[in-house]
Amino acid sequence: MAATVGRICGVGLLKPSNLTTISQKSSYSTAKDWTWGKKALLGSLGLVAGGTGAILFALDQSVKASDLELHPPKNIWSHTGLFSAFDHASIRRGYEVYKQVCAACHSMRFIAYRNLVGVSHTELEAKAEAEEQMVEDGPDDQGNMFKRPGKLSDYFPSPYPNEEAARAANNGAYPPDLSYIVSARHGGEDYIFALLTGYCDAPAGVVLREGQYYNPYFPGGAISMAQALYNEVIEYQDGTPPTASQIAKDVSTFLKWTAEPEHDDRKKMLIKAIGIFTFLIATCYYIKKLKFSSLKTRKIEFRPKE
Amino acid sequence: MGFSNTIYNSIFKRTSTMALAIVASAFFFERTFDLATETFFDKYNEGKLWKHIKDKYE
Repeated sequence: MAATVGRICGVGLLKPSNLTTISQKSSYSTAKDWTWGKKALLGSLGLVAGGTGAILFALDQSVKASDLELHPPKNIWSHTGLFSAFDHASIRRGYEVYKQVCAACHSMRFIAYRNLVGVSHTELEAKAEAEEQMVEDGPDDQGNMFKRPGKLSDYFPSPYPNEEAARAANNGAYPPDLSYIVSARHGGEDYIFALLTGYCDAPAGVVLREGQYYNPYFPGGAISMAQALYNEVIEYQDGTPPTASQIAKDVSTFLKWTAEPEHDDRKKMLIKAIGIFTFLIATCYYIKKLKFSSLKTRKIEFRPKE
Repeated sequence: MGFSNTIYNSIFKRTSTMALAIVASAFFFERTFDLATETFFDKYNEGKLWKHIKDKYE
């Protein structure tokens, strides 16, 4: 290694030029002894390497721009921001939308009625929601399965018993489970909102098969889900005007909550972390200054024996 | 200097009292720190949290 370095840079790097006096920074330069030709060679090599990198970067960017995909615009959500919690009234309305519109085709297997308690519903309300559906339980003492009203610990009912049944009922397209859909799609809740409100007529040249619809935000454009949200497609309990964009915003907030139920606690924890680490870093800085003050101000003297 | 001398002699001098002081101050510090951050969080998100809207549904 030392021999290689010596061959490339000259011996200057390996052998300090001036041992007895404190030298200037410039005297550590290894390029001083190079010939003009060597400097030119290394300079052009650097230019070629940098230029190649720049060209590769530019090519990569242009390849990305050629993708036929419409990225959703970034919206300012009520929970956008370092310390902003969810708008829980919006989560509650979003649950109404999910229950009355989305749940016809989409399952939500990982959310139970107990998860709603203290987030969007009181315990009594969540119990009433759970009791609206019949759940298969058992076996009883005769060994038979039976139906009973839902309990808080039950998960949201699935519209289809399995994926095959869901595909058979939907032209072969599988309506994905919505529990973690916001985390599972690029763009998150912005994508969900743009998808729900972005249906339009297919442009010329796009061929859709039967049962497909055109949505520019869906990768590929052809989506098997029909437009589900229109103005006043449902009625809100709290009297909020149910416009299509309001419904889409509420259900996106609800889905964001199902994907990240720890969201509010996480942001509260950030406030605590900022507070405690400000204190700790200030303390560490002070102690460092204190301990180093004696080291930095001392003087070392060399007194040779006479 | 009187105050700091008293503190030093009564608490910091002995390991036993020092450890006790650390435990006691950690208890009170955490309670007040949690209270302060949670108050800030609630004020920052006034009207959005469940605790702010739940009286409508009870």
